[in-house]
Amino acid sequence: MTRLSASIHGWLLLLPALALLALFTHFPAVATLIDSFYSTPRGARGSVYVGLDNYLTMVEDPVFWTSLVNSIWFALGTIPISIALAILMALWVNDRIAGRTLVRMAYFTPTILPMIAVANIWLFFYTPQYGLLEQVLGTLGVPSHNWLGSPSTALTCVIVVAIWKEAGFFMIFYLAALQQIAPHLAEAAALEGASRWTFFRRVQFPLLMPTTLFVLVNAVIGAFRTVDHVIVMTRGGPDNATSLLLFHLYQVGFSFWDTGYAAAITAVLLAILATLAFGQYFFLERRVHYR
Amino acid sequence: MNGPMRVDPYEPRGVARVVESAGAALLALFWVLPLLYALWTAFHPAEYSTRFTPDAPLTLENFSRAWAAAPFARYFLNSFLLVTLVLACQFVLCTLAAYAFARYEFPGRELAFLLVLVQLMIMPDVLIVENYRTMSRLGVLDSIPAIALPYVASAFGVFLLRQTFKTVPRELDDAARVEGANALQVLMRVYVPLARPVYIAYGLVSVSYHWNNFLWPLIVTNSVESRPLTVGLQVFSSGDQGIDWSVICAATLMTSAPLLLAFLLFQRQFVQSFMRAGIR
Repeated sequence: MTRLSASIHGWLLLLPALALLALFTHFPAVATLIDSFYSTPRGARGSVYVGLDNYLTMVEDPVFWTSLVNSIWFALGTIPISIALAILMALWVNDRIAGRTLVRMAYFTPTILPMIAVANIWLFFYTPQYGLLEQVLGTLGVPSHNWLGSPSTALTCVIVVAIWKEAGFFMIFYLAALQQIAPHLAEAAALEGASRWTFFRRVQFPLLMPTTLFVLVNAVIGAFRTVDHVIVMTRGGPDNATSLLLFHLYQVGFSFWDTGYAAAITAVLLAILATLAFGQYFFLERRVHYR
Repeated sequence: MNGPMRVDPYEPRGVARVVESAGAALLALFWVLPLLYALWTAFHPAEYSTRFTPDAPLTLENFSRAWAAAPFARYFLNSFLLVTLVLACQFVLCTLAAYAFARYEFPGRELAFLLVLVQLMIMPDVLIVENYRTMSRLGVLDSIPAIALPYVASAFGVFLLRQTFKTVPRELDDAARVEGANALQVLMRVYVPLARPVYIAYGLVSVSYHWNNFLWPLIVTNSVESRPLTVGLQVFSSGDQGIDWSVICAATLMTSAPLLLAFLLFQRQFVQSFMRAGIR
């Protein structure tokens, strides 16, 4: 095969995928940046260049800042706890405990449920008066509380649901990594008289670091693109207490139809993801070279 | 591992094993509790939804009421068509692109690969406003292809298959070519069969993702004819006609049932697939 025909074949094979990627990833990403400098077309008035107006609107929009802070809290609340639980689950399931298969299945099940179904179930769990949480707390004598209805607890409720959904998914990566650790390390550590905790802290945990990095990057990206449960459980309320950045974007874009401003919010979201992307890219490259 | 079983010195024994098993089981119980609770509510009359007595009568009434209250049959069909369409297109597009990246030398290959990887960071979920506009320009709003289109060229699929194709020995490729097979025949006869486990893994993850996907279908559809199950469920359960919780629970379980049952039957394959192709 000549070099020329190899080039032509190569590009022809790529063409369908690249064309669709260009249309639905590259073009919209660039168009978003351009649109963020233009006004939203209203009726007969087309969109005009407005410079940084949309970004000024954003700076002055208290809901944007609330949503950004909520997203950060959501990430900080969800990720460390899910990772810690995932490691604990993986350590347990990796040992020859009783009912290991059933236990692993229980941990993993939330992963394959639709987030919207999960949210519906938990919505009932949190319901004032009738909900299971209220019933249980009621018998313990805890005063009634509207968990999803009060700004002080709503975000925490949403975080709990996300942890429940994600921990079992992260567990399987840790489980795979634990099984890669050479058995002679445990034997050597035991000869040295290391306790199990020391073995975990000094041997297993450091060896799990690449997995933790991988899970971390995915979890952070995930935290900025999960909104299904917010749409079902709280619609961003009460008083924007659970409005995440992507939810705010959804509202501005598809409830207020303010596409110019929505483009500016998308641009910020893309900037956040691009920053995270460096970590992700760095990591993927390493995986490529491993093979 | 091969060879005689080695004894893990940190494997818990005796009391430690009992304590650890109990802890693991307790967390597992806590983990399935919401699901068990939904099952209880869905299979019992509404007045028992928070009264857990062993003599509560079982019923399928909630399921039949949910089924009658919304066009769930149509939603099931839509979701089925959606995941089939997405998966079929993903397999074809990603296979071709992965083959090019794995086995062709051509100018611009590295740049093209970078352009593909961009989608790992900038996922369609975030580009909803612009993609909605594109669909509107193409005149395909409110259709199943509109839900599928942004996802069919999957960077992750390309990446995963490229990694797999790279491990295929060159000699197999050469042997097939010596026998007169052209590039596509080599791909179909040598590469695709060898990558079968990866296709299964990627397929399971893709089907789960698109069966469960919600935000983009919610935005781009607004009729019974194109709505997938997730959006149908949301329209049904947020309706203001005062549907009771037992019926919503039944509908929720119905929506999750196909994947849940498949998972219970093929647990090992699911876990391994998500591990292999887990980045989604």
